[in-house]
Amino acid sequence: MNEREKNDPLREFGERLDKARAASQGPLGKAPDRPPSTGNALAFGWRVGIELVGAIVVAEFIGWAIDKGLGTRPWGMVVFFFLGVAAGMLNVYRAVAGMGGAVGFKQQPPAKAPPTKGAGWDEDDDD
Amino acid sequence: MAIELHPLDQFKIEPLIPIHIGGIDASFTNSALLMVITVAVASLVVIWGSRGRALVPSRWQSLAEISYEFIAGMIDDNVGHEGRAYFPFVFSLFMFIFFGNLLGLIPYGYTFTGQIIVTFAMAAVVFIGVTIIGIARHGWHFLSFFVPHGVPLVLLFLLVPIEILSYIIRPFTLSIRLFANMMAGHTMLAIFAGFIAPLLLAAGAIKVFAVVPLAVDILLIFLELLVAALQAYVFTILTCLYLRDAIHLH
Repeated sequence: MNEREKNDPLREFGERLDKARAASQGPLGKAPDRPPSTGNALAFGWRVGIELVGAIVVAEFIGWAIDKGLGTRPWGMVVFFFLGVAAGMLNVYRAVAGMGGAVGFKQQPPAKAPPTKGAGWDEDDDD
Repeated sequence: MAIELHPLDQFKIEPLIPIHIGGIDASFTNSALLMVITVAVASLVVIWGSRGRALVPSRWQSLAEISYEFIAGMIDDNVGHEGRAYFPFVFSLFMFIFFGNLLGLIPYGYTFTGQIIVTFAMAAVVFIGVTIIGIARHGWHFLSFFVPHGVPLVLLFLLVPIEILSYIIRPFTLSIRLFANMMAGHTMLAIFAGFIAPLLLAAGAIKVFAVVPLAVDILLIFLELLVAALQAYVFTILTCLYLRDAIHLH
């Protein structure tokens, strides 16, 4: 086996790689958009799962602390329960709508992830 | 003979080298030891991998390149090009959690990501860092983050607290997610492992059933490998999303 024979497939591979990189944008030669894999979906599910519960727990804690400090039992916990539910739902809704963890309505979803809104069910998420 | 099961004992912190500085217990613990090992292993993989710099990468080089491109792609996709400045932090974070999760799966090891104070410390660094980046980039304008666009003034009194709350809960959900997943998985592994020995010690043909928890544990190990990788990924991608919020306020 001489040197040229060994290099030929390599050069061909390099040409193909260059062509593929030129076809995709970006300096790194990003992979083209793939359909979301099972792993991604699983990661997404895990991401959203804790959002609602966590929001209520943290909000209740804040409400409890306010009650303790101001002696307004039980109103702090009651008010913050509803605030926590709302904040949790907001976060879940934003994650599902493809806006990531964005706070604030000005945020546009990134070009990569198209919003996957269901029709009609998202009317009452912010009361 | 009774065998006692302590599935939560694996999370116990044991001081290896007691250090007390001014009444503060700063002992070097088993948790700290695993963190040092994690940093060493992660650094070794990357340093060893970037040693050869061959056109056709060796296995180690592939490993280093894959992890580099994975995080670089994640930042490009989720933060944009300005996010490149924060690559070292995000990459270190990912490698630390990923290797920490994996090393925790080795028997007699220790899963420091199963300690909420560890995950919360990381989440707090992310949260405070991202907030500082946002304020440094946008100044007081950063506060407009919490004011939804095009909403009647009356509703703002309701919506602004909700927005602030949904911002504040970020470090908590971020830390609870990783901690709960690691802790639940490892507890489950320990519980099923704890069934094996009593079944083996049982009289007669019941011994055969020891195979069942063993099989469950083997399947769980695969699940935990998946969880270890996924949770590191989730933690990192959420860090990226929070960074994007701070950088592109609008």
